Amino acid sequence: MSERSNTRGGTEFLAVSKDDLSERHTISVLVDNEAGVLARVIGLFSGRGYNIESLTVAETDVSKHLSRITVVTSGTPMIIEQIKNQLRRLVPVHKVTDLTVEGPSLEREMALVKVQGTGEKRVESMRIADIFRAHVVDATIESFVFEMTGSTEKVNAFINLMQPLGLIDVSRTGVVAIARGPEA
Amino acid sequence: MAVEPITGAEIIVKALIDQGVDVIFGYPGGAVLPLYDALFKQNRIKHILVRHEQAAVHAAEGYARSTGKVGVVLVTSGPGATNAVTGLTDALMDSIPIVCLTGQVPTHLIGNDAFQEADTTGITRPCTKHNYLVKAIEDLSRKVHEAFYVAKSGRPGPVVIDLPKDIQQAKYEYVNHAGQKHRSYNPPVRPDRAQVEKAIEAMAHAKRPLFYIGGGCINSGPQACALLTEFVRMTGFPCTQTLMGLGAFPGSDPLSLGMVGMHGMYESNLAMHDCDVMINIGARFDDRVTGKLTAFSPGSKKIHVDIDPSSINKNIRVDIPVVGDVGHVVEEMMRIWKARQIKPDAKALSTWWDQINKWRARDCLKYRPSEQVIKPQYALQRLYAAIKDKDFYITTEVGQHQMWAAQFLKFEQPNHWMTSGGLGTMGYGLPAAYGVQVAHPESLVIDVAGEASIMMNIQEMSTLVQYRLPVKIFILNNKWMGMVRQWQELLHGGRYSESYSDALPDFVKLAEAFGAKGLRAEKVGELDDVIAKMLATPGPVIVDCAVDERENCFPMIPSGAAHNEMLLGPDDQSAKPISEEGMVLV
Ligand SMILES: Cc1cc2nc3c(=O)[nH]c(=O)nc-3n(C[C@H](O)[C@H](O)[C@H](O)COP(=O)(O)OP(=O)(O)OC[C@H]3O[C@@H](n4cnc5c(N)ncnc54)[C@H](O)[C@@H]3O)c2cc1C
Ligand SMILES: Cc1ncc(C[n+]2csc(CCOP(=O)(O)OP(=O)(O)O)c2C)c(N)n1
Repeated sequence: MSERSNTRGGTEFLAVSKDDLSERHTISVLVDNEAGVLARVIGLFSGRGYNIESLTVAETDVSKHLSRITVVTSGTPMIIEQIKNQLRRLVPVHKVTDLTVEGPSLEREMALVKVQGTGEKRVESMRIADIFRAHVVDATIESFVFEMTGSTEKVNAFINLMQPLGLIDVSRTGVVAIARGPEA
Repeated sequence: MAVEPITGAEIIVKALIDQGVDVIFGYPGGAVLPLYDALFKQNRIKHILVRHEQAAVHAAEGYARSTGKVGVVLVTSGPGATNAVTGLTDALMDSIPIVCLTGQVPTHLIGNDAFQEADTTGITRPCTKHNYLVKAIEDLSRKVHEAFYVAKSGRPGPVVIDLPKDIQQAKYEYVNHAGQKHRSYNPPVRPDRAQVEKAIEAMAHAKRPLFYIGGGCINSGPQACALLTEFVRMTGFPCTQTLMGLGAFPGSDPLSLGMVGMHGMYESNLAMHDCDVMINIGARFDDRVTGKLTAFSPGSKKIHVDIDPSSINKNIRVDIPVVGDVGHVVEEMMRIWKARQIKPDAKALSTWWDQINKWRARDCLKYRPSEQVIKPQYALQRLYAAIKDKDFYITTEVGQHQMWAAQFLKFEQPNHWMTSGGLGTMGYGLPAAYGVQVAHPESLVIDVAGEASIMMNIQEMSTLVQYRLPVKIFILNNKWMGMVRQWQELLHGGRYSESYSDALPDFVKLAEAFGAKGLRAEKVGELDDVIAKMLATPGPVIVDCAVDERENCFPMIPSGAAHNEMLLGPDDQSAKPISEEGMVLV
């Protein structure tokens, strides 16, 4: 289709083709911690057909009643721009940061992983947990619950390794993220 | 200084007065009785009792669009609120500032499936710009003032305030929060200077430029429209308008190409297809305008001025986005244009105008005149001839008549044309018309209607009569849901499934039953006389104008087609069969 010089407006508007490939972005949204704010954000995603791969929310500044919502989403660059602009339009939204493009950032997820087994498998699960720096937070004669923190990929890898060793249940927090460096 | 505590209902009324509200469109019920009581005890705000809550919102839309003020609605909980949903969605799609107060069951009963309880904030979340549930009396006055701020700032839209009955009765001090800075929502109105410079640079070198102006200009206000008009004239560039932008630039100006889009002018659409620089001011590249996206104005550099960044690069990639309010942006554009003493390429421009004039010469609104039957286009031409020197406002319902009204009536000023564009809500026109009439009691207000649409809110005749609102309803009665019939003819092999307006009432008698005047025109020769009688009648009138049942609305870009694949009329042989892809579009 049309190729033309991409004149950018500020930093916001990457004029990109709709046919571009889907990208995964982690977006951090600072919102007023008020009733219904999560429903607004989720409703925006479902109503406009955007993906949510993961979503976490918690109050981060009690005195100012601010919460941070971290959404991992995917879409073409044009859709990602739309998502950010749509989020910025919501009245209780203070700030929208795309951690994937705006400088280096950190992402962490926590998982609680329950493994059932005895004998060699039990020993092996402990050994792998050690390698991944997972802690045992609950134990019975025939089970462990591991707590592990890391990037989504690392959590996935850990869970995959636990699969043949008696994995029976997983609970994950979803991604939380923050920009590196001194700025907020 | 200690302030005397007053009831929540009184706080609301005070806040409305401080916001300059002079009229509310509403309908009472159990959950808003305290508010109705507070309204009863004052005489600053007039209440217009509607006959259906959907109509209350449309009336407020008509009021808002014709004045530039926020329209205010008051409805009860449950069914009152759910009835308002269509109107709210309509206002959201067309960026109309509305504050809608809804009653709610008392806070301690919320969530209990109490009588007439509905999750109003849940239901209206996707169809409002923002909504509030007031759960504490301390928040009440702030939230009411904030609702007005949100409704009218940035891209305007409807805001709901859900008011539990106990909050209306609780007591607290009133504080006027008007003008307070919002803690998170502060949309910028001033553009980035560098972007405006780039826009002017592109315009200065344009050989085939085109202004494409939309409803955002009207949202920006009459002054912004006047400024824009001056700027367009300064450039000498052609200017086309969207359905929502009609009136933002004078319709009879020689630089105006008229409406663009699906039922827009041939010259507008071809100019849009062929232009090399497109200057979109406050329009949103709606699918009624763009047609087939991949074939949309393939060779142009696109400038897009919009206050809402989410409108930019949504449907169409643009080259030079300018985020800001139309008035502010155009002011800046003019300043730079003048400072740089820009002289557009006169030779290129004159070649461009030659081309446009050739397209104009096709006379795309031409229709086959008839002596036997009133052509709907002819009826509107006669109507226009009779009103064009008057101070008139037009509203419409939705369908062919709406498109013909857009094509055959000209608007020289903003805020004089109200139509449901984005949602396309049949039943909009009558309530919107009296909303306009309430705001402009001395003006001529006409609802151009179809016989099917008018039935959707016909109960509002009672409202007209009660308040002696002299709205004229001009029904182009083709006995069909004409727009549906047209699509069935063109796209579905003439299988007219359920599109005949059967068992229609006698509209003349119907008008009389409501206590209004009814008139009928059946023959070409009666038309002028009936129009004159309609205009001479002091109160509300319904004109039942029997028009050609088979007339189709042209020009038309079939769905899924490109601008240069426009159908000009029934005899247009260039018509290609509509693609599979086009068939799924609405
Ligand atoms: C049966 C039918 C047929 C139709 N056919 C056509 C047709 O042929 N042609 C046509 O044009 N339409 C047609 N429509 C209407 C169409 O659906 C859209 O409603 C219309 O095209 C949108 O107009 P707009 O682009 O001007 O945007 P609007 O809906 O008016 O939106 C305004 C834009 O301006 C922005 N804005 C708001 N305030 C400001 C401000 N202060 N400063 C800057 N920007 C601002 C907003 O963010 C928004 O992007 C039809 C509708 C119906 C029901
Ligand atoms: C509430 C609603 N329901 C359905 C439609 C779909 N629709 C669009 S135009 C139309 C027919 C309108 O008929 P009429 O009012 O007689 O106008 P005409 O097209 O004949 O001028 C219909 C049913 C709509 N726009 N709004």
